[in-house]
Amino acid sequence: MLDSEVPQEGNSTLGGHRKAMYARGTDGKLHIVQSAGWEVEEIVTKQAVDDLLRLTENARQRVLAGQTSPLEYHMYRVRMDVPLLSQASGIWQWRIRRHFRPAVFAGLSASLLATYADAMGMTVDQLKKAD
Amino acid sequence: MDFQHSQASHCESGVMSNLLRHHGLPLSEPMTFGLSSALSFAYLPIIKINGLPLVAYRMPPKAIIKGLQKPLGLKMRFETFGSQAAGVARLNELLDQGKLVGLQTSVFWLPYLPQDLRFHFNAHNVLAFGRDPATGDYQLSDPVAETTVTCAPADLQRARFAKGALAPKGLLYYPVGTPHTPDWAQVLPAAIRKTTRIMLDAPLPIIGVRGIRWLAKAIEKLDTGSGAAHSKLFIGQVVRMQEEIGTGGGGFRFIYASFLQEAADLLARPALGELAEQLIDIGDEWREFALATARMIRDRDPLQPPRLADKLRAIADREQAFFRDLRRAA
Repeated sequence: MLDSEVPQEGNSTLGGHRKAMYARGTDGKLHIVQSAGWEVEEIVTKQAVDDLLRLTENARQRVLAGQTSPLEYHMYRVRMDVPLLSQASGIWQWRIRRHFRPAVFAGLSASLLATYADAMGMTVDQLKKAD
Repeated sequence: MDFQHSQASHCESGVMSNLLRHHGLPLSEPMTFGLSSALSFAYLPIIKINGLPLVAYRMPPKAIIKGLQKPLGLKMRFETFGSQAAGVARLNELLDQGKLVGLQTSVFWLPYLPQDLRFHFNAHNVLAFGRDPATGDYQLSDPVAETTVTCAPADLQRARFAKGALAPKGLLYYPVGTPHTPDWAQVLPAAIRKTTRIMLDAPLPIIGVRGIRWLAKAIEKLDTGSGAAHSKLFIGQVVRMQEEIGTGGGGFRFIYASFLQEAADLLARPALGELAEQLIDIGDEWREFALATARMIRDRDPLQPPRLADKLRAIADREQAFFRDLRRAA
């Protein structure tokens, strides 16, 4: 890649940042060139972000319909899945899945709720609501 | 502290380049990357990230920090912590002593990074070089950022003690003693030979050139019917690991080519410079693969996994020939 070919088409996922790329200058040597972004990167990053947003919104709808607990919604909102939430909270995966049942979630102890809230960087009050 | 920040492509090589320059040994980012034999390829279907297999274009985290110790005669000290309070206190103590401290962090909990790039990746490296006396905020040099940044203590603590795969456990590191300019004629050929061994002779078929072919086989079999959305996430993940996460482009192939150009000058071996040219071409091919993949994800081209697999096999053939030539030249 020549330094004149380094993509500068902008990438909204970079949030205005520019990243360092290596490209060939006129002297034939590679050197760092700042890139405002490549559409290819934007496509694959957005794809991953959108998939997480889709799971989050889907969970929110199911909370409203009484089919799952706010715990599942917040898990996706902080970009986790069940295995990761299990590692972050120290709670077994099957227990987490059980806590997705609204009736079970409503009866959780304050200390369990605090464990979840801490693992996801939020307060217990926020955890109880899906918004 | 009088600290000079310079932007890099990749966090770990950037941290080591900034750290070594601060201690009187100016090494470029490509030199720290190549000298620690960090280039690689691995397709790890057993390790899943959000349900997708891990693909890596480099050696595992900490390979660069650890790999530089031997060639530079450098002793790095690593400290992890059972309690968060102890980890915070130790970092503050080292900063008060005027030390430059490397930290392993989780990308997700660093608020200064763009929201869309904050995934749960736990092996992001930054340098801490001081604290704001008024607010207590940490002054950080994040090599992938254009300038130095600040981070509130609570956020940095979360990032340092994130749980999950590759959990940092508060890891901090700093050099003991001063690094010395190595005997290039000895350390460079050894580092290059190690990379050719990783790419050509790995005992597992999922590492090195064989790993690229293994990935091609997995992509070839992807479902284009009802499972098309999952197939697209799979190939998108490959491109993310290759381009988005800070590789300097082409899955670290351009950084390594830059290292070979430096090595050619230091050793007065023009053959390495010619090989660098070949690797730049291979990096361009990786980027064409990324472009073709992105077009399929966006439905600008029909989803044809076998076409992507063929591209990967062509790259594997070229890399195999390249690393054989490189082995002879080293």
